[in-house]
Amino acid sequence: MTRELLFAGFGGQGLLFSGKVIAYKGLIEDKNVSWLPSYGPEMRGGTANCSVILSDDPVGAPIISNPDVLVAMNLPSLDKYEPMVKPGGSIFVDSSLIERKVTRDDVNVYYVPATKLAGDNGVPTLANMILVGKLLQVFGEYDEELVKKALGKCISARHADLLDLNLKCMEIGRDYE
Amino acid sequence: MAEKVLMKGNEAIAEAAIIAGCRHYFGYPITPQTEIAAYMAKRMPKIGGTFLQAESEIAAINMVYGVSAAGKRVMTSSSSPGISLKSEGISYLAGADLPSVVVNCQRGGPGLGGIQPSQSDYFQATRGGGHGDYHMIVLAPASVQEMAQLTIRGFELADEYRMTSMILADGTIGQMMEPVSFDFEIKEAPEKPWATTGTQMKREHNVVNSLYLVPDVLEAKNFERYEKYAMICEKEALAEEYMLEDAEIVVAAFGIAARVAKNAVNAARAEGIKAGLIRPITLWPFPEKTFKKALGTAKQFISVELSMGQMIEDVRLATGCAVPVTLCKRAGGMIPSPEQVYNSIREAAGKAGE
Repeated sequence: MTRELLFAGFGGQGLLFSGKVIAYKGLIEDKNVSWLPSYGPEMRGGTANCSVILSDDPVGAPIISNPDVLVAMNLPSLDKYEPMVKPGGSIFVDSSLIERKVTRDDVNVYYVPATKLAGDNGVPTLANMILVGKLLQVFGEYDEELVKKALGKCISARHADLLDLNLKCMEIGRDYE
Repeated sequence: MAEKVLMKGNEAIAEAAIIAGCRHYFGYPITPQTEIAAYMAKRMPKIGGTFLQAESEIAAINMVYGVSAAGKRVMTSSSSPGISLKSEGISYLAGADLPSVVVNCQRGGPGLGGIQPSQSDYFQATRGGGHGDYHMIVLAPASVQEMAQLTIRGFELADEYRMTSMILADGTIGQMMEPVSFDFEIKEAPEKPWATTGTQMKREHNVVNSLYLVPDVLEAKNFERYEKYAMICEKEALAEEYMLEDAEIVVAAFGIAARVAKNAVNAARAEGIKAGLIRPITLWPFPEKTFKKALGTAKQFISVELSMGQMIEDVRLATGCAVPVTLCKRAGGMIPSPEQVYNSIREAAGKAGE
């Protein structure tokens, strides 16, 4: 099986980090993975995205034309990538930052007011991890041990306190109905 | 087997260089290869090595010349416009028969161009780049694992043949993260009796120089070098062969283009088209034998490139134009999609528009 995920939003929202956590979780599960960030002019202009591919087979092109999963954290990203999501795919929308609804009816959509939830919990910069928690829960892949291990790979020991905050946010996402 | 870690391609190059025993790195920042310099800046001081951000690319390559003349493993890296600046120094390294490793993490050109991935420095790399009769060994990684592996191989080849190995990567492979394992067996660097390490009053002076004013002496040097090149062509050409046994449509692609092409070949095979892929791993020497072998079944070659068509010339030379060779391209920082390559394969198979 192959799953292609696209994380998109503004620079600074932690989308590259979200992708890295998902990629590391895949690596720990012995999957083939690739993680490709945008590094071009669009990044400098404010929007950032990263493409993550998880597969049982070797990953070919690391570039994603039609994602199975889109995580959108701003309106320009939803406008740009909604049409590209595969039919039957999934879109995760930060509904505290994007007011409009997804217009397609052939995809599964999950609205999570991630930025608001993060703010309410005193960690306004970790909305990204709330969406990651929700994503893993939706796919039935929220394994606490694996999640902790993956976070441990992405956060250096010096910042161990951040690990707990990230974990807390992933749990908020996991439990959000 | 060592644990796999997720790492950017650029970082994997830097770590591999350190594993290979490189303790001297000189560079100058440029997107999309700056992670190499950043990694070296962090690691070199901790292991007794030298990281130096030079005042320019030209200064950096001449520092490479100095360290290499002193017999140590040394590396520099840049991206396309910076490699043009280094080309003078690379020619001097060739003229003095000095080993070195130079990384080009290519971006779109010409001129300052852009910062997105490209393969448009193929001619520059495979034909030498600077002035004079010379070649570099050119290695083209297609994954983060190969970024590490070919960097180590690059140091070995450079020392063995006393020439520059170029790692010809691109912005995508440099920026992407993939699992990589650094479980390598490292060959010790060979003795370098020619190095300028001080005579200790026990031997004659060693001289490292590229100036030969007497033409027949310089000619003899060139002849000697080209005998070495002929041996390298015989021994070191390397390519990955994918589904080639019965391939009628043979796609030729290196680096990131080969990964896109592999998706397309798989899609074509699923449709019953006999497609295959040759992925040159050494661009110089070009794996001519692999192409000649493929001529047994091939009815057409398609060169897939992130350029206006450069490797296609080597494909034509290697196959003697015995069958048609066509081009599937994007340029300026764009990457062909698997669909674009797939459509080229279908067209070649006479199925376009079906």
